[in-house]
Amino acid sequence: MNARAAGLGVLALAALVLLAFVPRLGNAYYLALAISLLQYTVLATAWGMFSGPTRYVSLATTAFFGIGAYTVAVLGEILPWPLVLLIAAALGAFVAAIVGLSTLRLSGVYFVIFTFGLTELIRQLVVWFEVNKSRVLGRYVFVDITQADIYWQLLALTAAVFLLGWLIARSRLGFALRVIGEDETVAKHCGINTTFAKVALFTISATVMTLVGAIMAPRWTYIEPSIAFNSMISFQVLIMALLGGAHRLWGPVLGAVPLTLLFELLSARFPNTFTIILGCIFLLIVYMLPRGVAGLFEKLSATAGGKATGRVAA
Amino acid sequence: MSRENGTPVLEVAGLRRAFGGLVAVNDLGFAVAQGEIMGLLGPNGSGKTTALNLMSGVLRPDAGTVRLMGRDIAGLASYRIARLGLARTFQLVRVLDGMDCRENIKAGLAFQKPHLPATEAEVRIDTLLDRVGLAGHDRRPAADLTYIDRKRLELARALAAKPRLLLLDEWLAGLNPSELMIGIDLIRSLKADGITIVLVEHVMNAVRALCDRCVVMSSGRKIAEGATADVLSDAAVVKAYLGGVAADA
Repeated sequence: MNARAAGLGVLALAALVLLAFVPRLGNAYYLALAISLLQYTVLATAWGMFSGPTRYVSLATTAFFGIGAYTVAVLGEILPWPLVLLIAAALGAFVAAIVGLSTLRLSGVYFVIFTFGLTELIRQLVVWFEVNKSRVLGRYVFVDITQADIYWQLLALTAAVFLLGWLIARSRLGFALRVIGEDETVAKHCGINTTFAKVALFTISATVMTLVGAIMAPRWTYIEPSIAFNSMISFQVLIMALLGGAHRLWGPVLGAVPLTLLFELLSARFPNTFTIILGCIFLLIVYMLPRGVAGLFEKLSATAGGKATGRVAA
Repeated sequence: MSRENGTPVLEVAGLRRAFGGLVAVNDLGFAVAQGEIMGLLGPNGSGKTTALNLMSGVLRPDAGTVRLMGRDIAGLASYRIARLGLARTFQLVRVLDGMDCRENIKAGLAFQKPHLPATEAEVRIDTLLDRVGLAGHDRRPAADLTYIDRKRLELARALAAKPRLLLLDEWLAGLNPSELMIGIDLIRSLKADGITIVLVEHVMNAVRALCDRCVVMSSGRKIAEGATADVLSDAAVVKAYLGGVAADA
């Protein structure tokens, strides 16, 4: 097992080094596509880190993404870039901890609705503040960050997220979250401080999402609340993570990559019927891959290896 | 009826909990001494499971105290109570279906303080698997287990933390006669290890075989307490519990 883990580590490192050269290709389209791929990979993986084991479906991705983007819009020109990122991360973590403490006692559909409402609430608060206090509708983002810089930052964040996810999965906290996902009542009676475990993971996941928003902000030169807090992001990330399989750390990336490419292709070829085709594809995915691509791989490898651990597809 | 010296493992006094107008547990009080098996009996709806939930922190009592080893735990969060040495099983067996047997038991001991070193934990898991009769099943998914094996696994998880007090909520319900004998022997062996047990049970043979003393509840109140044989022949108990028909189970 250890040799296998080491092998995977070397492979991941090699992939990372190779991917770092993408901006050197000098093709602006590929770079833009690569940025989209990384953006959704990090968002979906961060989403899966919390929602995968706990099975709490969060639609708050946009809220944190937007907080990150707006932090840059407000502070980007005033403060040095690393400090801006740090403040964005701290803000995201702060909001996540408060939201987590007040809502993670909710379960099932109530949590979903709350997280969706949270995004709207934050967006409306920003609109209200901008209109009434700062008297602007949108903000220009003038920072000295190139597309290649954005790419490299996202790549570093991707590596950090996978490393973090791997460490958490091996930790007591990771095990606690799996027990919570299985049966929260049992978890409590096993001595797990379920509130702490859930808030901790929710905060970590939200901090990563906030950082993605902050890193992506310079890509737009102009930001307004409807761009930064576009709720489509929450839904896309959710669908990607589910397609890939949120019960594995490497699952969401298997959904993020093909779906980002698919969005790209469909929106270019069929600009008008794009969403209809997408809807049909989603229906097919959910119907045919209830445990995601990761679940399919597990099933295939279990059959091929003749392993008797016949996990029931839930 | 014999009460050993020292603090009782569990001491409940004046316990009360109402749901709207229904008082599910009303002024309940009893004590369980170290190493004792106490039966908590009563007809369906008499408040037994509510009482267990009040003791294990699922519900907060409206009034009263629950003392575990002398410390008042009433109203504490379940996870704190679990870490103080109270473990339980559930009326409808609850195992972690997505995990294998080894992980299920690990869940019972991984979050206790102080943390066991990994090697010791593995040894204890093996011992427990063996103890409940699941040796060799350690990598089997819990979802694949038979009903009695799920009960065994749930018990092993409860025992993993070496609890001072074990609450068994109808753990023997639904077993066939030979499984019942195995189950009774298993619980008896826990007593031999010095584990104190509160047993909510409807299977009268098991109650007679296992319980040193019994408390009987009806409509949320305690209506009898004493040595098992005395309690089961008590006229009020027979009337409340069996509707006036003599115990024959």
